[in-house]
Amino acid sequence: MSSPTDIHAYLAELEDIPGTRVYTAARARKGYHINQFAMSLMKGDNRERFKADERAYLDEWPISEEAKAALLKRDYNTLLDLGGNVYFLSKLFSTDGLSFAEAVSTMTDMTFPEYRDMMLKGGRSPIGNRSIKANLAAAGLEATKGTY
Amino acid sequence: MARLTAGVGSSHVPLLGVAVDQGKTRDDYFGPIFAGYDWTREWEKAEKPDVVILVYNDHASAFDMKIVPTFAIGCGEHYKAADEGWGPRKVPDVEGHADLAWHIAQSLILDDFDMTIINEMDVDHGLTVPLSMMFGTPDKWPCKVVPLAVNVVTYPVPSGNRCWALGEAVARAVASFPEDLNVQIWGTGGMSHQLQGPRAGLLNREWDNKFLDMLESDTDAARWIPHIEYLRETGSEGIEMVMWLIMRGALGKSVKTLHRHYHIPCSNTAIGHIVLEPNP
Repeated sequence: MSSPTDIHAYLAELEDIPGTRVYTAARARKGYHINQFAMSLMKGDNRERFKADERAYLDEWPISEEAKAALLKRDYNTLLDLGGNVYFLSKLFSTDGLSFAEAVSTMTDMTFPEYRDMMLKGGRSPIGNRSIKANLAAAGLEATKGTY
Repeated sequence: MARLTAGVGSSHVPLLGVAVDQGKTRDDYFGPIFAGYDWTREWEKAEKPDVVILVYNDHASAFDMKIVPTFAIGCGEHYKAADEGWGPRKVPDVEGHADLAWHIAQSLILDDFDMTIINEMDVDHGLTVPLSMMFGTPDKWPCKVVPLAVNVVTYPVPSGNRCWALGEAVARAVASFPEDLNVQIWGTGGMSHQLQGPRAGLLNREWDNKFLDMLESDTDAARWIPHIEYLRETGSEGIEMVMWLIMRGALGKSVKTLHRHYHIPCSNTAIGHIVLEPNP
C-alpha cells in the first residue's frame, strides 16, 4: 500500500529541477488564458485572424501585458514562467510553421542546428541537470528564492 | 470470455506519424526506428487482435484546460483524427468497441476507479501514431480500439501505483466480458524527453533501459517510482511512462518478453518499444 503523500514536500520537489517548469496547478491557474488562447489557434479561421493582426487578436483575451509581449516575441521561457504549457504553446509553433524541435530549441542556449546535433549525439545528459539544490551544494552555495 | 493476450509499449512521437504520412520511414533518419517495429508488424498480422485498449494522453487536442480528467475511457462507436494545427492526419477513422468499453467503464467504477466517460472526441497523435507503428498504412485499421486517456500534463498526474492498479482492474474487467475476444493493451508515450525550458533535449538511455528491464521482471518495482524520479531522470515529458504501467499492471505478475527495441533520437525523444505476453 502507498502511504499518504505530503503535498507540500511533493510540490517543493517539483521546483528543484534545473531549467524546468513543471506544469503544476499553480501554473495551470496562472496561465489559463494563455493556454486557452493558444488552443484557439487550432481553428483555421482563428489562425488567419491572429496572423492578420496578432496584437488585436491577443487583445480579445484576458491576458496580462507581460504575457502578450512574450507571446508577440515568442519568448517561450517567459511564457512557461507565466503558466504556459508546451502542448498548448505548440499550437503557436504550428501557426508559425515551426517544427516542434525547432521551437523547443529556442528555449535552450543553443541554435537549432546545435540542438539538433546534440540530439543526434544522444541528447542532453541528466548528469548535473537533476537538482538545483544538489548543483548549488556542489558549488558550495545555498539555494535562494528565484534560483533557476 | 474476452482474453487479454499481450501488452505493447511504444513511444508516440508525432514526427513518426509525419514520417509514415510522407513515406520517409526507411530513410537514414527514420529507418533504424521503424526497423525496430518490423517484428511487431508481422506479429500483429498473425495475432489479429479484435480490440486494442490503447492507453495514451491527449496533447491539447480533444481536451483543453476547461476539463482535465485524470482517467477517461472512450465509449463511442468511432473517432476521427484530430487537427493538431497542420490539418488532420490522413489515417483511417478509429473504430471503437462500445460494448467492451462500456463494460470496462462500468467494471472500473464498481472497482473504485472513478472514470470519466467519453462518447465523442477526436484522437490525436498519441493514439494514431502507435496504430501506424504497429499496423502500417492499411485502408482500415485491422482492429477496434478502446481509447484510455490519462492526464500526464497537469500536475499532479496519477501515481505509478495508481496506474498499475488501474491496469489490474482493466484486466479483471476484460476477463469478465462474455464475448470471445482477443484483446491487447498498449501503453504509449515516453521514453525520456523534455520539450520545455533550458533543460530541453534531456535523454537518458540508461534509465530508460532500466525501466524496460523492470517491466520484463516479475517484480512490481516500477509502480513505486515517484514522479520526481521520472522528472529528474527522464525529462519533464518522460512522465508519460506511467501510462506503460497501466499496460504492465494488466498483464499480471509474470510476463515473457517477445520483442524489445530502443533508439535515440527521434526529434526530441528517446524511442522505446516492448512486446510482452502474460505468463499463464
